Amino acid sequence: MMRSRLHVPRPPARPGEKPDFSYVAVSPAGAAARPDPNAPLSETEFLSRDMVRVLDDEHRAVGPWNPHLAVADLELGLRHMMLTRAFDDRMHRAQRGGKITFYMKSTGEEAVSVAANMALRPSDMLFPSYRNQGLHIARGLSIVDLMCQLLSNTRDMCKGRQLPVMYHSVKSNLFSISGNLATQFPQAVGWAMAAAIKGEDHVCSTWLGDGSTAEADFHYALLFAQIYKAPVILNVVNNQWAISTFQTFAGGEGRSFASRGPGYGMPGIRVDGNDFLAVYAVTQWAAERARTGAGPTLIELVTYRAAPHSTSDDPSRYRPKDEEKSWPLGDPIERVKGHLRTLGSWSEEREQTLAKECEDQVSKAWKEAVTYGTMSDGPQLDPEIMFQDVFKEQTPNLARQRMQLAQELKERAAK
Amino acid sequence: MTQMNMIQALNSAMDVMMARDPGVVLMGEDVGYFGGVFRATEGLQRKYGEHRVLDSPIAEGGIVATAIGMAINGLRPVAEIQFADYIYPAYDQIVSELARIRYRSGGDFCAPVTIRTPCGGGIRGGQTHSQSPEALFAHVAGLKVVIPSNPYDAKGLLIASIEEDDPVIFLEPKRLYNGPFDGDPNKPAVGWNSHPRGDVPEGHYRVELGVAEVVRPGSKVTIISYGTMVHVCLAAAEKAGVDAEVIDLRSIVPLDVETIVNSVKKTGRCIVAHEATRFAGFGAEILSTVQEECFWHLEAPVLRVAGWDTPYPHAFEWEYFPGQARVIAAIKATMEAS
Repeated sequence: MMRSRLHVPRPPARPGEKPDFSYVAVSPAGAAARPDPNAPLSETEFLSRDMVRVLDDEHRAVGPWNPHLAVADLELGLRHMMLTRAFDDRMHRAQRGGKITFYMKSTGEEAVSVAANMALRPSDMLFPSYRNQGLHIARGLSIVDLMCQLLSNTRDMCKGRQLPVMYHSVKSNLFSISGNLATQFPQAVGWAMAAAIKGEDHVCSTWLGDGSTAEADFHYALLFAQIYKAPVILNVVNNQWAISTFQTFAGGEGRSFASRGPGYGMPGIRVDGNDFLAVYAVTQWAAERARTGAGPTLIELVTYRAAPHSTSDDPSRYRPKDEEKSWPLGDPIERVKGHLRTLGSWSEEREQTLAKECEDQVSKAWKEAVTYGTMSDGPQLDPEIMFQDVFKEQTPNLARQRMQLAQELKERAAK
Repeated sequence: MTQMNMIQALNSAMDVMMARDPGVVLMGEDVGYFGGVFRATEGLQRKYGEHRVLDSPIAEGGIVATAIGMAINGLRPVAEIQFADYIYPAYDQIVSELARIRYRSGGDFCAPVTIRTPCGGGIRGGQTHSQSPEALFAHVAGLKVVIPSNPYDAKGLLIASIEEDDPVIFLEPKRLYNGPFDGDPNKPAVGWNSHPRGDVPEGHYRVELGVAEVVRPGSKVTIISYGTMVHVCLAAAEKAGVDAEVIDLRSIVPLDVETIVNSVKKTGRCIVAHEATRFAGFGAEILSTVQEECFWHLEAPVLRVAGWDTPYPHAFEWEYFPGQARVIAAIKATMEAS
């Protein structure tokens, strides 16, 4: 007898089982063609099924997507990625040591942010998600400023109002990170629409995770972006896991996230997210489309969240412990190092020097950041600051509450 | 001065602001070529172009989210949500994003978005075209909430709202679009042309947010209201033959506590009236403020007149609507107490 059957997706492996990434379709490096950025949709549709890859197994850059980056650019990209990883490791430890309340590492996903930023102009606007710290580092934000945000201290750009990692920078064109998922996606489209209304050639780029594509905001973003041909790059970071929810629960089963793009009428590109050169190349392609009025591009960056979701998460409870080691697309930092070696411009000595420089930079920054206060020691924010910026001008209602708090604090101090 | 109904006054406000500020853009369902289902944006796309008066897809969450992004990029969007009843898909973008961008970014980013939306009943709209959701926005830190009751205020408040650097939820009582409505559905409809507040200046002027207006001075009881209910309360006060003072709040955030308190201290009696459901409605906030600030001046319990705590029923519009009879009953009850 035929009857309906509820299909409940499950990941290929749970704790104690053998990791299995056979579901990840990997194209050979250099295999995917590179259509003209202004080509009609029918000529770009294959990009949502294949995978754009530039670095081959011997770490050589091959194929039509090779962006032919200069060695100096590769070295700069490597430095940003290594600094991001050193920063992540140090801040994760700071949370474990009770110095900050919360942290989220981007380990294994550094190329997603660093390479994309390098392919854009500093005047382009970025609407990041919470695991894009590589953007902030590559855009040159001071590590001390990032740490002060994490510490909610007297130099915190958010004035103690945001969970750690929710940075922003007006000067560096980095929008404030929300903490509610996917909300930035359609906002980025609006920013890009405004650029087009004003007739500017700035591009906007935004990121979210595979899990967040389930939110309505993701679909609003694609719809509005395509309708108005907004100069926007929509990035889905498919790192396979949304806390314990496997990407199949966002609809990744049988159909790539990139394929949502052609569904809305725009190109979708599936790219090896751990291949620095490939991420750079597809971002450059999408930026050219946007800047020439051809409209939006959806990019799916296939990567793996090697770290826990956050410091509040324990992945060993829902996925195999060593799953990361079986990930077929390797580690983005190791692959760039390998590529530099093939170019003959990398050595063990230079690697050690760079690693030490990154660690020293992070340590030095931390020493400075804590002098501006931690949650328990040193200078502290004035609690009355919480009544500022609710509105541009404080309303009488808030002014009354501020005075009430001041009285409470006075009485507390007197006790 | 020109005779305008509320739709024309709102149209004029947007026209004035679009002419003054190239950053002002309009967006919403049917607002462009067609000029809006209530005609509030009529002629503006022809005048300012389709880049500044955008027809939007039927996706309220997307409309508000893209308006936020535009505001971050220096524009001053005015988004129309076709009915307040349709605003809920955008609620997350309004509450978690729009309201808090200034706060969460330590004052570095702001999103000057005005969201216009028709609200309230009395037009046989049933439960999906009649709601008054002001309390849901007044409860959110970081939003200003405005509800005009006449064409003059509507234009001045909308201009002030668009010029605000903070987000504003601008609720338009749709039963008042074509004329003042005193709550009696059997009387022939009257237009704004016979009402003093139908005289509207053609140019730029502001009615400041957070400033209530005493629309009927009196000494025996204070009736606090906004939107359509202002006209119902005025008619009820007249019929009850009581020297009632009627206050039109005009904006509920910021709330003009001073005008409320001065009046209640003078009269010693207070009634709060709104169309929205009573339970946890905005009237409860006013009532709390009144008892905190005026308790020793009160001669009777403060009463609420509101819609029943049911969805807005299509067949029983005038049994649901808090009309003159319900206001008069409250006036009598408060006058007879103590």
